[in-house]
Amino acid sequence: MQTRFPNKTLPYLLLAPSVIIVFIFFVIPSIQSLYLSFYRVSPLGNKKIFIGLQNFIRLFHDPGYLNSIVTSFKFAIFVVALGLAVSMGVAVVANQRLRGFGAYRTLLIWPYALSPAIAGLIWAQMMDPNIGLTSHLLKTLFGVHFNYQTNGQQALFFISVAAAWKMLGYNIIFFLAGLQSLPVELLEAAAIDGAGAWRRFWKITFPMLSPTTFFLFIMNTLYAFFQVFGLVHITTEGGPGRATDIMVYKLYRDGFEGMNTGYASAQSIILLIMVATLTILQFRYAGSRVHYQ
Amino acid sequence: MLSVMIILLFPMIYAFLIATQTPAQYYQFPPRFLPGSSFFENIHTAWDRINLGRLLFNTCVVAISVAIGKIILSVTAAFAFVYFNFKGKAFFFITILITHMLPLPVRIVPTFELIDQFNWINTFKGLTIPFFASATGVLLFRQLYRTIPPSLADAARIDGAGPLQFFWSIVIPLSKTNMAALFLIEFIYMWNQYLWPLIIANADRTRVVQIGLKQLVDTDAAVDWHIVMAGALIATLPPLILLIIMQRSLIEGMSFYEEK
Repeated sequence: MQTRFPNKTLPYLLLAPSVIIVFIFFVIPSIQSLYLSFYRVSPLGNKKIFIGLQNFIRLFHDPGYLNSIVTSFKFAIFVVALGLAVSMGVAVVANQRLRGFGAYRTLLIWPYALSPAIAGLIWAQMMDPNIGLTSHLLKTLFGVHFNYQTNGQQALFFISVAAAWKMLGYNIIFFLAGLQSLPVELLEAAAIDGAGAWRRFWKITFPMLSPTTFFLFIMNTLYAFFQVFGLVHITTEGGPGRATDIMVYKLYRDGFEGMNTGYASAQSIILLIMVATLTILQFRYAGSRVHYQ
Repeated sequence: MLSVMIILLFPMIYAFLIATQTPAQYYQFPPRFLPGSSFFENIHTAWDRINLGRLLFNTCVVAISVAIGKIILSVTAAFAFVYFNFKGKAFFFITILITHMLPLPVRIVPTFELIDQFNWINTFKGLTIPFFASATGVLLFRQLYRTIPPSLADAARIDGAGPLQFFWSIVIPLSKTNMAALFLIEFIYMWNQYLWPLIIANADRTRVVQIGLKQLVDTDAAVDWHIVMAGALIATLPPLILLIIMQRSLIEGMSFYEEK
């Protein structure tokens, strides 16, 4: 317990800047989002009509919105599953003969400096239908004519790969840190008892890594739903044919290109429910999680 | 391991190679995995085409102001939480933490309207001030301050030093490592912002580099990938260099994120 200073007003002065900013730019706008989601607002914002839950009812009858939900979930599942599986695999293999971890970590952290938008540009070039190295490889190896500009499924694949790739280094660093803290004796004992590498992985390593995996699951899911707007905007703009129209992109189009304020706010509330669920999950399980020391 | 590393980093390496080549060089087949001959020319073209100098300047102003703003606000808030008893402490703490649950898309329309009412559209105020609060920073410094030996504050009180004096002479110097970590994390975070600058500051005077890059790919003709990659390279250098110089503090900051 720290010593407390007896001052009565100073703590409020110290807190004031943070609290004022949080109220003005976070709390009040979020409440307004909820409020606006019950209204139909004219494009100039001068007329508001209360329409109850109409915006939400309309949302779930709007094929465009349902498409964006499906797209977002496909995208997130791909990004999280691929990202976690590949990085866990790399980390486990790397952990076997880990020398000079520091140097590798230095390199692995590089993509952390990249923005999702630039990751998107890099992969747009790799997958360019004419000069892209990846699209060329796909053609020679699998006979696939890769053109993300015209093929919706390939476009979704393209943004998923770009988004997952950017997170690989970050994930690997956390998995490696998790692996380093596992008790070596337990793995050695299992090896002496005749458990093969595969069995040791599934019976010991995988379950004991679960706190790290769970943390990364939450971080990657939040990333896939909320932080890839730039990647989509700079490359596919939601296309072709709305195939990459993820939820945040649809919200941007309805709110800022379509000036459909109430309708966009209802979409904000759906996103709020999603992020609240994820945050509660995180506090619920990460807070009481088991530490293996 | 090295081979895995190269595969993971390959897209970055290849993007760099394209940035050095002429169209004739990257159109040739089989592809050449060697630097080309027009690196400086490509950079020059990209620089002129989207006025990169101005974009980089704007982005620097935004990233540095927000990183410093967040550090100041979170250091003072954390100091209040650890070293004082006051009414509403839990309430204020939860208020700051709740920002984690309210990412921009959740409140984007009303926040935009607010900035509009303030006449902050296309201003640096609008680009930076809404980002100044930091739950991560408050948690980071609060955790640190709890580990400062209470005897230090006791000694300060016995010597008749007030809380602010104690804050300046003891707490701030002890916060330097964490400040560096937070600076790095927030600088990169702000440097890479996209949605907010797009909706409130997409004018020449305030445009940031991420948004500016889009102008390089928005073309009816075939995209000049060598120019785009040159631009992307320049746009990535400031955060990347900072990361390489300061990565020790980032690793410490990241282990904090994990403990959260």
